[in-house]
Amino acid sequence: MIMRFIYQLGSPPYFYALSGRLLPWLTGICLILFATGLYGGLVLAPADYQQGDSFRIIYIHVPAAWMSMFVYMVMAFSGAMALIWRIKIAEIILINSAHIGAVFTFLALVTGSIWGKPMWGTWWVWDARLTSELLLLFLYLGVLALYSAIDDKRKAARAVAILALVGVVNIPIIHYSVEWWSTLHQGPTITKFDAPSIDTRMLIPLLLMAVAHKFLYAIVVLLRARNDLLWRERRSQWVANLFKGGS
Amino acid sequence: MLQAFFIILQRDLILAVRHRAELMNPVLFFVLVVVLFPLGIGAEATILERIAPGIIWVAALLAALLSLDRIFRTDMEDGSLEQMLISAQPMSLLILAKIIAHWLITGLPVVIAGPLLALFLGLSVEGIETLFITLLLGTPILSAIGSVGVALTVGLRRGGVILSLLVLPLYVPVLIFASQAVDAAAAGFQPAAAIGMLSALLLLSLSLTPWAASAALKMSVS
Repeated sequence: MIMRFIYQLGSPPYFYALSGRLLPWLTGICLILFATGLYGGLVLAPADYQQGDSFRIIYIHVPAAWMSMFVYMVMAFSGAMALIWRIKIAEIILINSAHIGAVFTFLALVTGSIWGKPMWGTWWVWDARLTSELLLLFLYLGVLALYSAIDDKRKAARAVAILALVGVVNIPIIHYSVEWWSTLHQGPTITKFDAPSIDTRMLIPLLLMAVAHKFLYAIVVLLRARNDLLWRERRSQWVANLFKGGS
Repeated sequence: MLQAFFIILQRDLILAVRHRAELMNPVLFFVLVVVLFPLGIGAEATILERIAPGIIWVAALLAALLSLDRIFRTDMEDGSLEQMLISAQPMSLLILAKIIAHWLITGLPVVIAGPLLALFLGLSVEGIETLFITLLLGTPILSAIGSVGVALTVGLRRGGVILSLLVLPLYVPVLIFASQAVDAAAAGFQPAAAIGMLSALLLLSLSLTPWAASAALKMSVS
């Protein structure tokens, strides 16, 4: 059943049609989530007793940082699919995720540093999480550079898939080695499920924003993948059929 | 199977010895980079002693990076890599032999030169001992991880910059654990924890990277 679904998803026309039907829904949900999340975060949530209003940047910063890791996981997963089953869609998802993941990572770094200036009094500290995020950015850039350096794009996708898998083995090692190396970052405030050390009125918008970012990622990756797919399959019959009516 | 392993090892070592000038390049580079630091920072003994582990390890990383290309590049150019790939032997085993050969050629000289340079930078005796151990454990990891990077980029004309972008972030844990161990030893603490982590990384990288490198080579050569 699941395998059949995966194989169906692997067929470009099916994927194109399905993603076309999904996109309006995803966009709608994403807009609602962003609207409620931003309203909750910027208007309803109380100001932090210590950080004042400047804590509100977490509604972009934290979701972006989460996404930077989530997207890498997606990349590694689709990399494995691309290597094992040679699914073209997985290759396309893989490389387009790398672009988005790099942007999220960059965003997390920039917002973190904007927040760090008033809070820590400096734009940048060599703190464990900042540094591992920076290294993650380099891993993303490596993926992108390798992909653009290989001309044969199917070959490039396989190379990138191997690299993503090597990277995913290394990310925990890098993360913990850097953690050992130094840490100054405030401890996680949300993963403690029994008693989160964050006000519920602050937490709910944050979770909404996190889900909104996931939807945003899904939308962007589908849009990019559809474009990429059309370009790669531009000589095939189903693409020709698709555009016969229009032109 | 084991025979093929030793044949490849022997072949790579012979090839390296026949190009004696190239043999010296990585370690020369290593020494030069380390020598540049006192010139740039100033010869104040306390500062030099403090930053010696970091300098030596960064230089070792760069020296390894500089010499990585030779693991597969020449074999790719003369076609012997293809022969290895289509032979009946498991490619990962042959790659392990090539990694070990690469380490013997480029890593071992650094392991020997590193403690000597540390002496010049005024590192304490405990620090130098630990530095030797970390270099001994750490430089094979550099060759092993590097083999994956080279396998991915060997088919490219301008793979050098990309290779450094791929490999250097993966080298970070080695750098951290190794320089931490030396720092700890120089300050009079037990470096055992960091050395244990380095040994774990060594085992992990030697057992996993040949596998990834062979998958990457099959992609690069096809």
